Amino acid sequence: MVDRSPRDPALDADFKAEIVTLIPHLRAFARSLCGDATSADDLAQEAMMKAWDARASFQMGTNMKAWTFMILRNQFYSEKRRSWRQTQLDQEAAERTLVAVDDPEAPLALDELRLSLGMLPPEQREALILVGAGGFAYEEAAEICGVAVGTVKSRVSRARRALQAVLEAGAYDRDGAAAGDAMGSILAEAERLSTVS
Amino acid sequence: MKQPSPPERNARDMIERPSGGPDVGTAAMDEARLLQQAIGVRLRQMFDEVVNEPVPTAFLDILRRADESAEQG
Repeated sequence: MVDRSPRDPALDADFKAEIVTLIPHLRAFARSLCGDATSADDLAQEAMMKAWDARASFQMGTNMKAWTFMILRNQFYSEKRRSWRQTQLDQEAAERTLVAVDDPEAPLALDELRLSLGMLPPEQREALILVGAGGFAYEEAAEICGVAVGTVKSRVSRARRALQAVLEAGAYDRDGAAAGDAMGSILAEAERLSTVS
Repeated sequence: MKQPSPPERNARDMIERPSGGPDVGTAAMDEARLLQQAIGVRLRQMFDEVVNEPVPTAFLDILRRADESAEQG
């Protein structure tokens, strides 16, 4: 963080050029948090504007990607605190996942994994996305999430095991269990795995 | 039969099922490890799909207006 003129044209131009390159990554991270494309783009645009408004506090040459991701994440949770509907949507996504894997011929498709992610606790999902897809080191992910590095490692590990439980329970579901029963089994197994460190 | 290229394969296809050897525990561990690898591949694919989408013009319009506003202010 440095003090400088917030309206230095040259620095603003550099800032703008760099943030433009990050827009695709902000959109992808937002999509992973929100689930649907429209809400995600709204979130990414808000985060981009917050970053622009706060550009005077950003030191060029440092990690703008991590900085903007942190802004986006904070914006997401700020909005989430104002609404509990996201929880319902996650549950609906999980139900759709079970329907999707009920077909014995259905492959483990990309959509299946995408929807399965919706069953994870948000803090596990974001840690897994940041490290497993976003290309961040554990240290960077910890900075973005505002937690210790060990916490991120633990969340990633739990997320992976929980996802595995979801996917394996999908196979169980094909053996004839009702979707509702399977849902309970999946969540119970995921919770059991998440408590085993 | 021709094997599909890796980006188009689904995660479960990437798992080689054990052939029923005596070491069931090792086979299960191998399958779990392969499943984790498949999850990793799919995660990156899911993320990269969005990264590779064209950026909606709204993003650049918003940034351009903000930049113009800063120049005028």
